[in-house]
Amino acid sequence: MPIWIFREYDRCSGCRYCEVACSLKHEGIIWPEASRIRVFEYVPGITIPVLCSQCTDYPCVQACPTKALYVDESTGAVRVDEGKCIKCGKCVEACPGRIPRILPQKDSVIICDLCGGDPECAKVCRALGFNALVVVDKWPGTHYKLYARDAEKITRDYIKKLYKVDPEEVM
Amino acid sequence: MPYGFTGKFVEVDLSSSKVRVVDVRRDLYRKFLGGRGLGSWILWERLGEVWEGLDPYSPDNLLIVLTGPLTGYIAGVRLAITGKSPQSGGTVGSTIASEVGLELKCSGYDGLIVSGKAKDPVYIFIHDDKVEVRDASKVWGKGIRETHKLLLRDVLPELRKTPRFGEPKEPAMIYIGPAGENLCRFAAIEGKYAHAAAYGSYGSVMGSKNLKAIVVKGTGPLPPVYDVVKLKELIYKAIELVPKKAPRLRIWGTGQGPWRYGRDLSSIPVRNWQEEYWVEKSYSQYDLEVYDWVKRYWADYGCPLCCMKVTVLHRNGETVITDAPDYELLAYEGSNLDVWDVRDIAYLIWCGEELGFDMINAGNVLGFVAELFERGILTKDDLGFEVKWGDVKAFERLLKMIANKEGIGKVLAEGTYRAALKISEMKGLKPEEVLKYAVQAKGIGIGAHGIRSGLDYPPISYVTSVQGGDHQSVAMLPLDAPPIVNEVWASLADSAVICQFNMLGGLDLVFDALRAVTGWNISKEEWVNEDAKRILTLQRVLLLLGGPDVYWDPRVHDDNPPRFYEPLPSGPKKGQAPTKQDIEKLKKDYYKALGWDELGIPTEDTIKQLGLTGLEKALVRIRKRLGI
Ligand code: SF4
Ligand code: SF4
Ligand code: SF4
Repeated sequence: MPIWIFREYDRCSGCRYCEVACSLKHEGIIWPEASRIRVFEYVPGITIPVLCSQCTDYPCVQACPTKALYVDESTGAVRVDEGKCIKCGKCVEACPGRIPRILPQKDSVIICDLCGGDPECAKVCRALGFNALVVVDKWPGTHYKLYARDAEKITRDYIKKLYKVDPEEVM
Repeated sequence: MPYGFTGKFVEVDLSSSKVRVVDVRRDLYRKFLGGRGLGSWILWERLGEVWEGLDPYSPDNLLIVLTGPLTGYIAGVRLAITGKSPQSGGTVGSTIASEVGLELKCSGYDGLIVSGKAKDPVYIFIHDDKVEVRDASKVWGKGIRETHKLLLRDVLPELRKTPRFGEPKEPAMIYIGPAGENLCRFAAIEGKYAHAAAYGSYGSVMGSKNLKAIVVKGTGPLPPVYDVVKLKELIYKAIELVPKKAPRLRIWGTGQGPWRYGRDLSSIPVRNWQEEYWVEKSYSQYDLEVYDWVKRYWADYGCPLCCMKVTVLHRNGETVITDAPDYELLAYEGSNLDVWDVRDIAYLIWCGEELGFDMINAGNVLGFVAELFERGILTKDDLGFEVKWGDVKAFERLLKMIANKEGIGKVLAEGTYRAALKISEMKGLKPEEVLKYAVQAKGIGIGAHGIRSGLDYPPISYVTSVQGGDHQSVAMLPLDAPPIVNEVWASLADSAVICQFNMLGGLDLVFDALRAVTGWNISKEEWVNEDAKRILTLQRVLLLLGGPDVYWDPRVHDDNPPRFYEPLPSGPKKGQAPTKQDIEKLKKDYYKALGWDELGIPTEDTIKQLGLTGLEKALVRIRKRLGI
């Protein structure tokens, strides 16, 4: 059953344990920048968790020239065939939020794989009592791509809501 | 390299703009861990010979910015900053909750050492192996919020220079405000909007180097650890235990404190410590909670406790955005100044933090001024206006004058102790006639925890502490007394460089984590009897060397401020105060426990036992100065 991770910005503390949990699971060490979820805090107090949104039309998968990306039928996650990835960045350019990440220290692109259906990030967030990341069944009638926005855009929108100031005043 | 460390420091000399990456001697890590301990040793090694004569504002002073073995791995990211302190003449391990600690390690460095002085305002930008000294003229003179914004705009395009590789996360930053630029002796180093490395006044040391900010972005992993499986287990244990041990801190932050410290424990400063008890007006967080907190749970990286909240106030056409006032600042800008509207307090805090002040020491100075005004020692002619208790406008005006060193601001910018000496000169009074109202220890304003009631902090807390008035690192007996503010444990948190509050999950957790990260088997006993003693003894020696403008004589200055001997005028412990004899006895016991002599000077034997070879030379100099 495909799943989706709902991110409730109001509840996110910015503790970044999701980054710790994700990188421990996928990299075997704490590596915040290589976490598949990253919590942006361009402006103090505006904490925005950003991760793949599993867009219904998967533009990243379509854009990949080497077919390194494919969709995991059971979870709906974008998977990376690491041997095929040439780090060209086409998937990043195709993603409305430029969410996949290519790091010099890694041989292939990194994208959330939904932990095979049991997301570590959501588990740790729940253990902390924040519940900012909620795993839900993926209902086909939602426009998931709406969430694939870049962190700066979400930050600006959220500043208006939370601080009630012109974002230009703070970032 | 030992597990948990990168083994490298980056050194920047601002006089020449030269950058070099150096290997750190391995044995130093086990001996001093990092942060406060290691920083103090580096200072001794490099500046020990000339310590007494060294002006903390001269280019020769070092600004040492360090992580520790636990930084980034467990429970609450932190950064430790040290150097020769312009307040105490010794060293303070001044810490701040800042992701700069994490980003430094992810860039491949355990720390940054800054020397020299830049010709023009600069900031240091570190991005993995790229380290640059950059022009800061655009942000010089700016307040904290504006500085944050402009620096972000300055570096983001560069971090994003390869868009097809995805979005890098924001860099971490620490910076100073006008108070630091203008060398106010209680300027802090600020992070985010009101996080601060305050005690020690390293903000003014940055100012003296023309260094406005440090901006860091690292993209690598944290260094490998000894036992990652165990570490993971401990991380989850901390997540479970820490908030459970202190639910109040998650719910309200330390801001629930005024009620308890005012009413139950009678240890809150009221009108420059004339009282330490107040019940009728003890504010709660209620107003902020209902009207002004826009974010109830706000944490820095790796913090499971989450004691921060975000407060937004729209007032006088300005938008105040600040960390929820914590206990210390509610007390110092609140009861200590006779200001009782919690939103007025939040506003005043914001005014000061924007200017880059340590708002504990600023509140200490403002209360001192209001009392001198009340007693007619300072007059309207001296100040330019009346400074009455509770007058928020007057306090705001004073803060600006101090930050810009205008008029009386120039004197007050020296901090309570030095200002008291100057004012006594100005007024032709004996020093003790003004020092009587200065509530400080070793040049550092005392934190908002009194000792008179005997219900909160113990009587020698500030008397023998190596960090003067610092309320987060105080002297206690027995040496291993459990409160986390005991300097024996504070030196652990500040050298392993984690948030002290996260020790509430239990000390075992900290030692277990230290083992899992580094592989070292340090027991609690070993920490108390060797490691903590080593760090405290080293700091003590540097404090007693002191100088160049003030020196400490343990016979005179290892003491409470005079106010703490005045019997409490109100509250559950009305009439209570320690006696000089009590203090004399406790002092001696404390010296003995640490292996220091009758006068509190560490003995040669102790120095040898602790492996502080070389430090003996300093003892001779201290004795000579004291004429013993
Ligand atoms: S673990 Fe949860 S609360 Fe913490 S940063 Fe991640 S999403 Fe936010
Ligand atoms: S959010 Fe980006 S990475 Fe995820 S499916 Fe959509 S386009 Fe692909
Ligand atoms: S679901 Fe798994 S892979 Fe995706 S962000 Fe969360 S922890 Fe990382």
